[in-house]
Amino acid sequence: MPSFLQVDNLARHYQGVKAVDGVSFSIERGRCFGLLGPNGAGKTTTVEMLEGINEPTGGSILYQGEPLGPRFKDEAGIMFQTTALQDYITVRETLEMFQQMYPSTIPLSDLIESCSLAEFLDRDTRKLSGGQRQRLLLAIALVNDPEVIFLDEPTTGLDPQARRNFWELVQSIKKRGKTIVLTTHYMEEAYVLCDDIIIMDHGKIIAQGTPEELLAKHFGDVVVQLPKVDFPADCSQLEVLDNGDVVEILSNDVNDTIHQLMELNISLAGLRIRPRTLEDLFLALTGRELRV
Amino acid sequence: MSFRRFLAILRARNKEFWRDRAALSWNFIFPIMIIGGFAIAFSGDGPDLYKVGITNAEADQKLLFEETRYIQFIPVTDLEAAVTKVERHQLDMLVSPSTQQFWINETSPAGYMLERLLNGSDNGFKRQAVTGQGIRYVDWLISGILAMNLMFSALFGVGFVIVRYRKNGMLKRIKATPVTAFEFIAAQVVSRMWLLLSVSILVFILTDLVLDFRMYGSYLDLLIVFILGSICLISLGLLIAARLASEELAGGLLNAISWPMMFLSGVWFSLEGVNPWLVKLAQLLPLTHVIDGARAIMIDGAGLMDILPNLIALVVMSVIFLAIGAYTFRWE
Repeated sequence: MPSFLQVDNLARHYQGVKAVDGVSFSIERGRCFGLLGPNGAGKTTTVEMLEGINEPTGGSILYQGEPLGPRFKDEAGIMFQTTALQDYITVRETLEMFQQMYPSTIPLSDLIESCSLAEFLDRDTRKLSGGQRQRLLLAIALVNDPEVIFLDEPTTGLDPQARRNFWELVQSIKKRGKTIVLTTHYMEEAYVLCDDIIIMDHGKIIAQGTPEELLAKHFGDVVVQLPKVDFPADCSQLEVLDNGDVVEILSNDVNDTIHQLMELNISLAGLRIRPRTLEDLFLALTGRELRV
Repeated sequence: MSFRRFLAILRARNKEFWRDRAALSWNFIFPIMIIGGFAIAFSGDGPDLYKVGITNAEADQKLLFEETRYIQFIPVTDLEAAVTKVERHQLDMLVSPSTQQFWINETSPAGYMLERLLNGSDNGFKRQAVTGQGIRYVDWLISGILAMNLMFSALFGVGFVIVRYRKNGMLKRIKATPVTAFEFIAAQVVSRMWLLLSVSILVFILTDLVLDFRMYGSYLDLLIVFILGSICLISLGLLIAARLASEELAGGLLNAISWPMMFLSGVWFSLEGVNPWLVKLAQLLPLTHVIDGARAIMIDGAGLMDILPNLIALVVMSVIFLAIGAYTFRWE
């Protein structure tokens, strides 16, 4: 049985620039699949090729064993990173417009309820807050009751409450057995929502697996954190990472590390221990230098 | 082609336009302001410069009368058409040196003055009096203004809007749905066309109430000219917008096309007597054929057969513009 979405040796070259350089992966039905990477890694180009918006210059994409075609358009829901909506029409009219573009749709009342749109249903789309707008864009992506939903950086610019509210919506979609392809810059978001992850850089896949598999594969340590003010600047006995207001010590044995700190008479009042995160993995694989 | 999808885009676009009160008001107010302004400016007997049609203008023997300053002598070849222009005060006098005849409209003060001047310069010309109701400048202008409004609204209302949709990502969003490029473009054309026709009809009625301009031809024929003109100019707007993603560049290109078209297509003044190359160039512009067709119907009472070359030109240009526009169209 073919994979739900099968990508083989996919490439997109622009005048000598290899935006995507021969990536291969598969996405199984009902999973939430995350594409992570720094700016310019090629993740948006990859996801746009999966959406059928951007033409590959090489490789293939199969949706349920078939090349992308009219069936895929009918069964895919897409939420772009930035999308303008028709001006001067309301949320309800926008949803009705998109409903009429598809052969089969879910009832408007279900959409309104599942995306919590009732309170601003008759509001002009130009007058929505960031969170309301993202909920509307998600509702548009769901209007055709899609089999696969693409979410391209859906929570960028949202406040923490709106972001968590959006995560709940995505999790409710997952529970209905839908397949989700998510790109995000927020590692916490990827960890909470994604079942499978690929990390891309320079147009290639540099890591692939479930979040737990990736963390277990790359890290066997934990992070011991101390306030920088409690840590002597001239201490050379311990290898530390400077992370703003805190210093971080990578430890394979927490007891031993704490013992060393006590021997150095360093205050443990502000000590915290945290496990490795996807963000650590992301920085370890893609580096700490600023990308533009 | 899915009629359901086409209607979805059409309805949304219509709502957007009708709810944008500023744009809507401007579409109605602008042409009325222009016509009103010119009606006031040219409410007298017309410009001071006399216009005299002259047959056999290339003859070696010039009349003394032709040396008179402040008179524009316009060579004519079709005597019958020139006499009609004297009847309508479009020419103040017509002179035929070879037959020693001249024609004036007895109700024209300019004709009276020119007759005195001609008799003072050259003797022996036989007077031919004609009658006819004068064509005021505003009668001549109205078809040009309506067509000009059609042009600006079609080019900027479609071309500029599509570039904006492309730039802000709306076209990309539509591309992700089953809507085809043809359905989207067809909805834009129909949405703008019925709007243009509604505005033109309303402006026509309102200005007629105020200015009581001449309309000798068929209203249906005039509507056909404006329908074909709308399609042609909207197609030109689509062609310009087919690939552009910069509103600044689109605005510059649309201005570069619309302003020369406005001056060369005879909106404000007749091209009679100008460089023949300009006249030929004007024939390549769709607005020329809209104005020539509409003016012939309104002022001369022409039928569709009389303006068939203009109608054919509009259809051919529409097909060319749409074909190239559809071929080169890009969603992003």
